[in-house]
Amino acid sequence: MSDIPSPSQGQASAPHLTLADVVPAVPRPLVDVVGLVAGIAWLAVVAAALGWEDVGDWPRTPTFAAAAGLVAATFIVLAIGSRWLGAASRWLDRAALWLIVLGLFFTLWQLASAKLGWLPLPFFPPPQALLEVYLDDFPRLGESILASVKLQLWGYSIGAVAGFLTGVSIGWSQRAAYWVHPVLRFIGPLPAGAWLPIAFFAFPSSWSAGIFLIALATGFPVTVLTWSGILSVNPAYYDVARTLGARSRFLVLKVAIPAALPHVFVGLFMALGTSFSVLVVAELLGVKAGLGFYMQAAQGWGDYANLYAALLVLALLCSGAVSLLFAARDRFLSWQKDLVTW
Amino acid sequence: MVTATIQTPEAPRVAGASLDIEDVSHGFELDGTVLEVLDDVSLHVAPGEFVALLGPSGCGKSTLLRLIAGLEPPTRGTLSEAGQPITGPHPSRVVVFQDPTLFPWRTVRRNVAVGPEAQGTLKQSQQRIDEALALVGLTKFAKAYPHQLSGGMAQRVALARALVNDPDVLILDEPLGKLDSLTRITMQAELVSLWRREGFTAILVTHDVEEALFLANRVIVFSDRPARVKADIPVDLPYPRHRGDPRLAELRRQVLGLLGLDADW
Repeated sequence: MSDIPSPSQGQASAPHLTLADVVPAVPRPLVDVVGLVAGIAWLAVVAAALGWEDVGDWPRTPTFAAAAGLVAATFIVLAIGSRWLGAASRWLDRAALWLIVLGLFFTLWQLASAKLGWLPLPFFPPPQALLEVYLDDFPRLGESILASVKLQLWGYSIGAVAGFLTGVSIGWSQRAAYWVHPVLRFIGPLPAGAWLPIAFFAFPSSWSAGIFLIALATGFPVTVLTWSGILSVNPAYYDVARTLGARSRFLVLKVAIPAALPHVFVGLFMALGTSFSVLVVAELLGVKAGLGFYMQAAQGWGDYANLYAALLVLALLCSGAVSLLFAARDRFLSWQKDLVTW
Repeated sequence: MVTATIQTPEAPRVAGASLDIEDVSHGFELDGTVLEVLDDVSLHVAPGEFVALLGPSGCGKSTLLRLIAGLEPPTRGTLSEAGQPITGPHPSRVVVFQDPTLFPWRTVRRNVAVGPEAQGTLKQSQQRIDEALALVGLTKFAKAYPHQLSGGMAQRVALARALVNDPDVLILDEPLGKLDSLTRITMQAELVSLWRREGFTAILVTHDVEEALFLANRVIVFSDRPARVKADIPVDLPYPRHRGDPRLAELRRQVLGLLGLDADW
């Protein structure tokens, strides 16, 4: 019956429009001026690094200047070639203001630490000292990164799976809720760090103790959010599915769980934050590997550049993990309206 | 169904099943007291008949539909479909609710496919799913998500999701209640032609007297809660019906009178 008049058919195509389809294209200017300024700001970084004598012994100063020079050259080429270089130039155009600020920041940092000695050493090393760590201490740092990522992945995965399964069980079954709920209320709000002293002697290795602590910190928010997600499923969904012939297996796997997924995601997101803090605390206090351990050792030896270098990597890893989680959500929950972008 | 049979408008897909509602009473427990919503309701629906249930708001019509769907057992009395007692939900009796209640995480096509998927017949039903989408004119929107649809389109998807199961009884719980009046008029005509073409038995709850008279073979008027059958009015007009038919106006006055609204008209 395709000849049925459908007065409302035109409405569905609208959500696919993006801003770029609506706003008329403005012809690009010959030279991206702001991008050029960013290039010049990074030339200032080079000038600061090469124009004065270092107040300390930093063998990587020329390398740092060369790297900053390469960045500056890239920006200048992209700014001048903005008509022909497409996506990369558009990126420069968008990021230019931030890149200018970063260039100024590196210039000031360079001058204040390595050249004029305004910042007390060794607590605030210059950027070339960090570069030196990345280039010359890479094997040890890389090993620490790997150890942290492994510990975090195991702990978080175990905690997330256990939390999800627990949440689904107590959301679906009254009997499971009867037994699990009191335990959850009693143990859940306890910060995972409080288990630290017990965990390190109760587990055979500091590594397995670390996994336990991270899993615990992950499990609680995932359980609670999954549970509330299952409970808040619109009961009409079950009526619809049942009249269409669905049995309880279908109701759990294909109605309750997909409907609860937006809540589960919030739980996973919250759990990611708490699990990071547990990871770092566990590595600072007991686990003999990983970035936390690396930072602890660096502080002990007074290698402050190593400390900052590791902190920077940690920040990138945590932010990257959150980005990954959001990418997964965009993939699996694309049916939701009005998603927050990360 | 291994191969899909080609249907012609003259040969309905299903024969439709009879429905027998015998002395059904039903109540809900509310704060320790029992709230009676259905009082000794008996109703017999012939195979392929289109019956509309009219009554004051909150009188228990929708509860009766839930009992027919098998979503709840009645407190007293029996319900049966084609002579078989109704003990639970079954895809031969599908409900279209007032809200389309589509699963927002599924595309239009996968929403229509829920019935076959739940019954384990997804593989054999691919063609039937496409036919159901075409039947409601939404082939082009197969890949859209529910939040991209208008209210009328969403309700059409709900209709396709019901029809894909080739139900013997289609239970319609105010399916057009939330649509704007133009979409509503269009969908009433669609509903009549679907019913005539597919041949199912239809039970419709509505608040709209004109809608009931335009669509149904019989209009059952219920009393205030607890609902009892107050009148059983045959609508002796051929299809397709004309909205301006003087006989419809006459019946309308009669039905409104039964609902206690004659003074206002």
